[in-house]
Amino acid sequence: MTDKNGRLKNGMAIFKRTLQGTIVPVVLLIVWEALTQSGFINPQILPAPSQVLLKWIAYLKPLEPYDPANMSYLAWLFSGELPHDALASIIRVVGGFGIGAGLALPLGLLMGGSARFYQLMNPLVQLLRPIPPIAYIPLAILWFGLGNPPAFFLISLGAFFPVLMNTISGVRTVDEIYIRAARNLGASGATLFLRVILPAATPHILTGLRVGIGVAFIVVIVAEMIAVNNGLGFRILEAREFMWSDKIIAGMITIGLLGLAIDTGMDRINRYLLRWHRGMDQ
Amino acid sequence: MNDLGSPQLQIEGVSKVFGSGGTEVVALNDINLSITAGEFVCLLGPSGCGKSTLLNAIAGFSLPTCGRVVANGAEVAVPGPDRAMVFQEYALFPWMTVAANISFGLEIKKIPKAEIIEKVSTLLEKLQIKEFSDRFPKDLSGGMRQRVAIARALALDSPILLMDEPFGALDALTRRSLQEELLRIWMEFKKTIVFVTHSIEESIYLADRIVVMTFRPGTIKQVVPIDLPRPRDVASSRFITIQKQLSQMVMEEQMRFQKDEAEHLRV
Ligand SMILES: Nc1ncnc2c1ncn2[C@@H]1O[C@H](COP(=O)(O)OP(=O)(O)OP(=O)(O)O)[C@@H](O)[C@H]1O
Ligand SMILES: [Mg+2]
Repeated sequence: MTDKNGRLKNGMAIFKRTLQGTIVPVVLLIVWEALTQSGFINPQILPAPSQVLLKWIAYLKPLEPYDPANMSYLAWLFSGELPHDALASIIRVVGGFGIGAGLALPLGLLMGGSARFYQLMNPLVQLLRPIPPIAYIPLAILWFGLGNPPAFFLISLGAFFPVLMNTISGVRTVDEIYIRAARNLGASGATLFLRVILPAATPHILTGLRVGIGVAFIVVIVAEMIAVNNGLGFRILEAREFMWSDKIIAGMITIGLLGLAIDTGMDRINRYLLRWHRGMDQ
Repeated sequence: MNDLGSPQLQIEGVSKVFGSGGTEVVALNDINLSITAGEFVCLLGPSGCGKSTLLNAIAGFSLPTCGRVVANGAEVAVPGPDRAMVFQEYALFPWMTVAANISFGLEIKKIPKAEIIEKVSTLLEKLQIKEFSDRFPKDLSGGMRQRVAIARALALDSPILLMDEPFGALDALTRRSLQEELLRIWMEFKKTIVFVTHSIEESIYLADRIVVMTFRPGTIKQVVPIDLPRPRDVASSRFITIQKQLSQMVMEEQMRFQKDEAEHLRV
């Protein structure tokens, strides 16, 4: 009874907070719409939100009418330009991130675990780390030409360093007490590393992965503007050539939603993997 | 003190110096101590007198600068499960559940799975932490955590149990109940226990012998046997007499510690 009441109250509170949160964006949209509708702002420069929404729907919709002879319903549903672009971008982010993190993780574990290897590798890492991945664009094109290879190269490079640096510091800053406790219990070698040092370093490593995928997502947009002819980054740059400001903004919103989805996904994974961690209760 | 027991732990001329040159700290100086099997020994002294340093030398975490420790008939060179340690705080693996913490040492020993499950279950029962077996340490109170830490150490079946201020962070009531639990365990499993504390009362309540240490350099000031029958009554006149004696001794060292601190502040 009280529980039900409490839940109801809680629900109301959430509803109220959501409502409050929408006030500013809604007011902003209304002002924006009014300004463009009244001709105060050139719609070529800044299209009305309603126009952006229409464009977004058109961008999302399948190009051809549904024909069962041609393809399945699901395939047709996602045959629009936007789903294609989004999928192309996602594949690049995931692939590039997979390569970058996949290389950085073992290297970081090695560098964190072995002082000798760290001394050997650290100067090089420190030298390369401050170079922004964007600065590799000319080299990437020179080495790989145009198309997906330079894009994957740049994206994996973007993900590589955040994962590497956080993995190294995660392993190196494992609290001595855990290592002592483990050695006291008889752990050594691989057991010590895999069952104690690695889990103790996971909070750092996951932070690195999260930053890494964030950077990968930035780089994918840049790489698509330069090296390929599909994907969200390519599409908004293409729209500029035709002065389709509504499509640019529709593309940007899609990029934003995708970024939010990726970050939320990473957050979920973090929460699950770190369910043992203090301060992870809420 | 016990003629029947053989020495389980021998500390022979152990010294430990930290740093070098001008910043040299002599943490331990020529410690000699022989502990028989089944004995409960408390190391007592003010902060900084080298109690942890001595315990770490026994555990094998940090070897003495000179001298040696012989445990279970072998010279100590590395940490090992024949000298199980209970740390002051937070030494449970936070990413493992209570049950996983306790079974970790057994898995390393490659004990068959069925045996591990049975053993863990027995220990969970013995320390009254069964209901927490699938919880993570962060969900446990300090007292419960130390119960788990004790269970984890007991799982190793080591003859020696090393404890570094294990109850230092607990409130008085929890502390007393864990002290009683520990005495029960000590008697049931016939462990040799070296227990570090700076609580005089705790040391008299628990120990067969109290080793009072001096401050810088850390040496043995006096070894005080406690032959009060157990369970000990902290309000008995003999308990209080011993407490006064020990207070006097520890106080002298505490004064030296404070003088040292004050001098450090002046420079
Ligand atoms: N790794 C170290 N490097 C340098 N000095 C150290 C180190 N460890 C301990 N010491 C010094 O050695 C002395 C003894 O330290 P130890 O930790 O053994 O004292 P303790 O009796 O356990 O004190 P507490 O009751 O505070 O735990 C202290 O003066 C301390 O400053
Ligand atoms: Mg100490």
